[in-house]
Amino acid sequence: MSVVEFKDVSRIYKNGEHEQKALDHVNLALEEGKFIVILGPSGAGKSTLLNLLGGLDSPTKGTIIVNGKDISTLTANELADYRAATVGFVFQSYNLIPTLTVIENVALVKEIAPTPLSSHDMLDAVGLLDHKHNFPSELSGGEQQRVSIARALAKNPKILLCDEPTGALDSETGVMVLKLLLSMARDMGKTIIIVTHNQNIARMADVVVRVKNGKIQSCESQAAPLAVEEVDW
Amino acid sequence: MKNFSLSVKNLTRKPGRTAALALLTAFLALAVFGGSVVVLSLRKGLNSLEARLGADIILVPDQAQSKVSFQNLFLQGTTGAFYMDASVLEKALEVEGVEKAAPQTFLASLKADCCSIKIQVIGIDPEKDFTVQPWIERSLARALGDMDVAVGCKVEADVGEIIRIYERRCKVVARLEATGTGLDTAVYCSMNTMDQLLKAAEEKGVSHRMASGDDVISAVYIKVKDGYDIDNVNSRLNSRVRKATAVRTRSMITGVSDSLAGVSRTVTILIVAVWALAFVILLLAFAMIIRERSREFAVLRLLGASRGMLSRTVLQESALCGLLGGVTGVGLSALLLFPFAQLIESALQLPYLMPDMINIVWLGLGTVLLSVIVAALSSVIAAYRLSRVDPGNALREGN
Repeated sequence: MSVVEFKDVSRIYKNGEHEQKALDHVNLALEEGKFIVILGPSGAGKSTLLNLLGGLDSPTKGTIIVNGKDISTLTANELADYRAATVGFVFQSYNLIPTLTVIENVALVKEIAPTPLSSHDMLDAVGLLDHKHNFPSELSGGEQQRVSIARALAKNPKILLCDEPTGALDSETGVMVLKLLLSMARDMGKTIIIVTHNQNIARMADVVVRVKNGKIQSCESQAAPLAVEEVDW
Repeated sequence: MKNFSLSVKNLTRKPGRTAALALLTAFLALAVFGGSVVVLSLRKGLNSLEARLGADIILVPDQAQSKVSFQNLFLQGTTGAFYMDASVLEKALEVEGVEKAAPQTFLASLKADCCSIKIQVIGIDPEKDFTVQPWIERSLARALGDMDVAVGCKVEADVGEIIRIYERRCKVVARLEATGTGLDTAVYCSMNTMDQLLKAAEEKGVSHRMASGDDVISAVYIKVKDGYDIDNVNSRLNSRVRKATAVRTRSMITGVSDSLAGVSRTVTILIVAVWALAFVILLLAFAMIIRERSREFAVLRLLGASRGMLSRTVLQESALCGLLGGVTGVGLSALLLFPFAQLIESALQLPYLMPDMINIVWLGLGTVLLSVIVAALSSVIAAYRLSRVDPGNALREGN
């Protein structure tokens, strides 16, 4: 069953007379509970895809259906509700609020999401319960990224959108974070969508979407994705 | 209150920023509360003076004003005495339009046992008096007896104590409420007592006797009948009563009113200037915060926070800063105003009487409320802009 459907979606940015097609007649369907990797070089349109899916931007043309609902025509406030209820974000930069402790950063979503999960449980799931009273500046990069994953999961979203989640981490910590994300798909049934230019991550994905020049080049399912440990980093 | 705890955390985790914003509103509160208390104290002092004088016209001996300034006598407690024949009272009562007339006799002591400075002794006729007697009645259920005195609130003598005036022993039977004027440093007694004190003064070489006889008074306080023009009655008194001058009490306190208006105007300008300055600085401070916090708010937007929630967070934070600043400003102001009231009074040289505690409490609460409103208002632009921050920027800038 498709949790995400892009139907003939285009996104054109105008800069005076100049028009730039970031996405060009994209058609894509992604299934629920899968670990999906969107691959492509810089400027291919993968971040635009993620922005549209995350309700941060609206398409110039076409329809985006998420969880059975058309999000391409929502207002700013409706998009905020959509972000609160349906999607979670994990960024390359962890985007934690520096003045709040680890547990407070995670608990932020309690006042935003309609059906939040326990902050305590989510920190336990990412193995950072012992650090709950630390401030982000007191944690390593990998630990901060795990906090941002815990925060995203605490919203109890159907889809987790990850933009280069291991981009700022060393390989060992990156593996740990990818393992965590994979377990979210396998154990919690979340749809994990990772945008990256790292080909190696694609080898562990259920589905690999290749983007180039604003178009979908391919969308392939992998019958036997590698385990994280099997991937050569 | 939704996301209130987030606002509190944001404030407590940035103590420097919070303190700076609170300090700005504290200045505003200090100026508003302090200025208002000073103006209200001056107004109350003036009202009290008017009420204590209690008369429309005062008849005094010709040339009295050359002996002592009435303003100094009534406002600053300067001692002084002048006398005229007691028959002036009867003549005044015969003048058309005079409803009541009450005599007073002044005596300036040399040095009383009760205090180290000279005091003004004022003799009244309890049956006729309508100016001091009502005040005395609030503290004393009976009329002033022989050698009884009622003292102004600033005279250092307690009820029951014996004070010596020209070697005569007088018993303090009442303390009058504060008027914020020189009348607070005076001692009041009956005409019988005053006669004895005048004799005692003469024994000490202080002469007050007049060629016309022994029966002397210093002033006649006159209340004009309803429907009569006070100026007309004043003119009639001047033409009918010889060797006495009728002076309108209002003209005696005109100088005080003018000074009060001047002080009020200055304080009002000061309050408006501080208000405007604090508002502009707060606007700038919040504008700077927009830059500092746009990423934080973009993250909240990405998480799904509504614009309303973000606006609320900013407004709550600024209102809390306003509350903190307001309470601090009012507290500081109170610490400066109340212990130094005497100093302010002598610096201003105007009747100064603190408002009632209940009014001060209301004024304090109003000032705190104003601080909260001003702080919240000055953050409206910041709240609007931060609530509309583009969440996509966080992704783009972050990555």
